[in-house]
Amino acid sequence: MKRIHSLTMALALLAACAPQSPAADKTILNGAGATFPYPIYSRWFDDYNQLHPEVQINYQSIGSGGGISNITSRTVDFGATDGPMTDKQLFKVDGKLLHIPTVLGAVVPVYNLPGVPELRLSPETLSGIFLGTIRKWNDPLLKKDNPDAELPSAPITVVHRSDGSGTSYCFTDYLSKVSKAWEKKAGRGTSVEWPVGLGGKGNEGVSGLVKQSPNSIGYVELIYATQNKLSYAAVKNAAGSFLKATIEGVTAAAAGVKMPADFRVSITNAAGENAYPISTFTWLLIYEKNDGGAGNTLRGFLDWMLTEGQKSAPELGYAPLPKEVAALVKKTVERIK
Amino acid sequence: MAKPGLRERADDKTFRLFVLGFGLVAVALCAALAAELAWGSKLAWAKFGPAFFWSSRWNPVEEQFGALPFIYGTLVSSLLALLLSAPLGLGAAVFLAEIAPKRLAAALCFLIEILAAIPSVIIGMMGIFVLVPAVRWFEPFLIKYFGFLPLFAGTPYGVGMLSAGLILSVMMLPYITSISRELLLAVPQQMKEGMLALGSTRWEMLRKVSLPYARSGIIGAVFLALGRALGETMAVTMVIGNTPKISASLLDPAYTMSAVIANELAEATSDIYVHSLIAIALALFLITLVVNAGARLMVYRLSDGGGPQ
Repeated sequence: MKRIHSLTMALALLAACAPQSPAADKTILNGAGATFPYPIYSRWFDDYNQLHPEVQINYQSIGSGGGISNITSRTVDFGATDGPMTDKQLFKVDGKLLHIPTVLGAVVPVYNLPGVPELRLSPETLSGIFLGTIRKWNDPLLKKDNPDAELPSAPITVVHRSDGSGTSYCFTDYLSKVSKAWEKKAGRGTSVEWPVGLGGKGNEGVSGLVKQSPNSIGYVELIYATQNKLSYAAVKNAAGSFLKATIEGVTAAAAGVKMPADFRVSITNAAGENAYPISTFTWLLIYEKNDGGAGNTLRGFLDWMLTEGQKSAPELGYAPLPKEVAALVKKTVERIK
Repeated sequence: MAKPGLRERADDKTFRLFVLGFGLVAVALCAALAAELAWGSKLAWAKFGPAFFWSSRWNPVEEQFGALPFIYGTLVSSLLALLLSAPLGLGAAVFLAEIAPKRLAAALCFLIEILAAIPSVIIGMMGIFVLVPAVRWFEPFLIKYFGFLPLFAGTPYGVGMLSAGLILSVMMLPYITSISRELLLAVPQQMKEGMLALGSTRWEMLRKVSLPYARSGIIGAVFLALGRALGETMAVTMVIGNTPKISASLLDPAYTMSAVIANELAEATSDIYVHSLIAIALALFLITLVVNAGARLMVYRLSDGGGPQ
């Protein structure tokens, strides 16, 4: 009995101490959400912790859906998403939730066609391939885009993501904008009903299938294509020029759209001579009013992210925010309390 | 001596209550799981009703959900794996128990048990890098010589139902082999010797004594392995092609219930989407229940004839 008593005492003491000791010298913030920006977020939180040892930011890449539901129920300090929240989703939020753009990413069509080092795709051919209306590589539409390439008469194997992902959202958002038929048949979403093709799990699943299957085409994030040395196609943008994805092309796409006040904007098929058409922002989801000191800490981090943090974006395959957008975001960040 | 006797009886009673509690925990967990799944999927049942089971649309954008292609994929891939692994596993067990030299048998058993311990994601990677290219290589032969059967018509993608069945059979094999071997070793030596003394061959002894004696246990082992196949997620999703379509051909891509849950739950943003995925989990739970009940029934029926009572 005596032993039990002292045990409870010890436990009570522990319980009393635990929340105080870290709070005194350390602020811990928890976030969850999108997987697409995870590499740069983990780098940022780590770098920021080196500079400010008193701030520790944890991030769980559980997916945009999980990020949105967690920040809606306020079980985390911030969320992250690859697709902007819908009005319906924002309606459920209690309080003012801000979308803070952090970096930009690009999705590229990767293909495996022996003997075709350069491939050019117009919106009509790309949507036709994924709709299943273009079934062979020597289709007249493809030949029109690539007059010089020797395209085989082989059937096209289409590969898409099987898991829900922001990459798929960006890609299907683009297809929905350039093709009415696509918008009607499949639409935009982290998962859609694909008219044709095989599903690979994750970027690695898609790139694995494309690498192994001759005459296949799929889509992955830019960094994934370059790291795995996959050939990726040039895509015709809204201004009519064929562009291979580059960091500059993505930043140009962001500069080419009119920015709404809440930053919920899709930049696929953006105007501008140099804009790469399959690009997207990725956002942090942060409340305007936060409990305790969380708001101040978040603001401190975001100020750093908008200046120093942006510099590490290119080496990880993300495009930094254009200067004008960064200035707008900075103004919004000042409202966080 | 009355007192210790009483005490013993009191202890027995406590002990009985104690283990009864443990037993009930298992029942309660199962019931709680079913209730939670039913509760978590209520929106899907309200919207689609029982048609959820036989509808084959799966469109997250329009929020139309039906489980049929996933149920089909799970059942067919598991059945295919069963057809491949049961004869192979049983044959291996017979070899290890009756024919192989003791040392060789011990070494082989060790390897087979290791096979059971390999995490499924590693088996899945072997699937992507070894099995799928191999299947892609021999599928054209299947199409050329057996393509007149709808079972082997189609395009040689490599990934698909056939690859899923093959990889699942690899995962089922160690269960069937090692349990069947133990069962065959447990057949009383006198019975086997008696049979041999009557002048039977080894094959006759096996067929007339060992296999009937171990039959109910072997069927139990096969169903245990089938249970693993039905629920397997990672290895299957990596090789099945993840396409929710029902096709007669084994070469075409398909999808399983556990795979779609693992793939889509993290990014499921609307309530009806999440509820539909949980409804699939409930359906999987029910199917596993039915398969296990079927196995029990079969073991029960068969144990009336010949096997150990």
